[in-house]
Amino acid sequence: MPGVRELDVADITAAVASMGTEANYDLPADVYAALGAARASEASPTGRAVLGQLIENADIAREDRVPICQDTGLAVLFVELGQDVHLVGGDFEEALHEGVRRGYTDGYLRKSSVMQPGGERINTKDNTPAIIHTRIVPGDQLWIALMPKGGGAENMSSLNMLKPAQGAEGIVNAVVDTVSRAGSNPCPPVVIGVGIGGTIDRVTLLAKRALLREIGSQHVDLRLAAMESEMLARINALGIGPQGLGGSTTALAVFIEEAPSHLASMPVAVNVQCHAQRHKTVTI
Amino acid sequence: MAIRKITTPLTDEVVESLNAGDEVQISGVIYQARDAAHKRLVALIEAGEELPFELAGAVVYYVGPSPAKPGAVIGSAGPTTSGRMDAYAPLLIEKGLKGMIGKGLRNDAVKQAMQRHKAVYFAATGGAGALLAKRIVGNQTIAWPELGAEACARLQVEDFPAVVVIDCHGADLYEEGRKRYAKTV
Repeated sequence: MPGVRELDVADITAAVASMGTEANYDLPADVYAALGAARASEASPTGRAVLGQLIENADIAREDRVPICQDTGLAVLFVELGQDVHLVGGDFEEALHEGVRRGYTDGYLRKSSVMQPGGERINTKDNTPAIIHTRIVPGDQLWIALMPKGGGAENMSSLNMLKPAQGAEGIVNAVVDTVSRAGSNPCPPVVIGVGIGGTIDRVTLLAKRALLREIGSQHVDLRLAAMESEMLARINALGIGPQGLGGSTTALAVFIEEAPSHLASMPVAVNVQCHAQRHKTVTI
Repeated sequence: MAIRKITTPLTDEVVESLNAGDEVQISGVIYQARDAAHKRLVALIEAGEELPFELAGAVVYYVGPSPAKPGAVIGSAGPTTSGRMDAYAPLLIEKGLKGMIGKGLRNDAVKQAMQRHKAVYFAATGGAGALLAKRIVGNQTIAWPELGAEACARLQVEDFPAVVVIDCHGADLYEEGRKRYAKTV
């Protein structure tokens, strides 16, 4: 068939396996730089010491090829599959799960997935199932982002079904309140993903997807860029500081993604991410 | 501020001398236990059965390490969020537990038990699991190996870095530190 590219799912498994390991060993350069900048500007001596430990920790993990954090997370996968790709050689989703299984086993990563979470909570022992979000897009490429998401920060996240009358101020307050309540629990300095709009399912996905943005990048929409700056300033005025021990660096960044919503609704999701803001992307 | 070196097991005298904000380095034996192990420890106490380690003077570390690579003592081993152990901690403190290492907030029941029975809560740096693992020089699973990362283990530590967050006098660095650096925008 003209214009159609064949892709063997075994290649997808191999790519996901190495992404899982690398994402957990190598802190992304933007996050590493942000920790360095925070150490230079942090007001608290204890906070500076903590940030120094985090930088040293990232160096050790990269050099010794060990996980940055023992909570190597559930593997969250964002997949954009070109509509001109023809997948051969097996089941697509199973190929992704197998990649996670292999990466977490071969890379000595912790298996943190439990089945029957409302019951016996039995460890699945291979960190599957992965959390998979797939979109079909134009083109003949496959793009995958893997984000190991730890439990401590995820637990501090929130969903807020606001009234439209609460406006932008209500949105900013909901975000700041979520971080304030979380205090030291999510391993600050945190990175905050904010979803605005959609439905309850869409808005939480927006918030998680927002976490893939590069620290230091500005939102293309100037209204949202200003909102991100205001949220970041108010969060850093909370005084929570690195590890919650007091200080001027509570968050490294706030990223917003917005989508249309029902005229009666203003959903706001806040996805809290720890300082180990790990993620890795690949295009096949 | 000078870093204070302390060794386990902890005595009441040492616990009373520690104040919120003190930086310490801990040496000796500490016990790895998190959610599932705590549930079992409390069940054993309630059933009047023997625990896998002596609670008197003990320090527990809320940690679920990543698997050790071949030849390594332990995998990455930073603290997990302590609040999930709040339901179990007061009984352990009543039975002699003197120290807890974790990260994050504790509830009033834990703080009251700490004051009543003299215990201390340390924070290690969450997310610094690769660095903290280098201070763990011995690792022996002593109960419930089937729990994997949630098993109970005896860890030998040398100069393990931590900060006193909540002391036995009721001071809480999470509250005080935050107040000190809070600003109005």
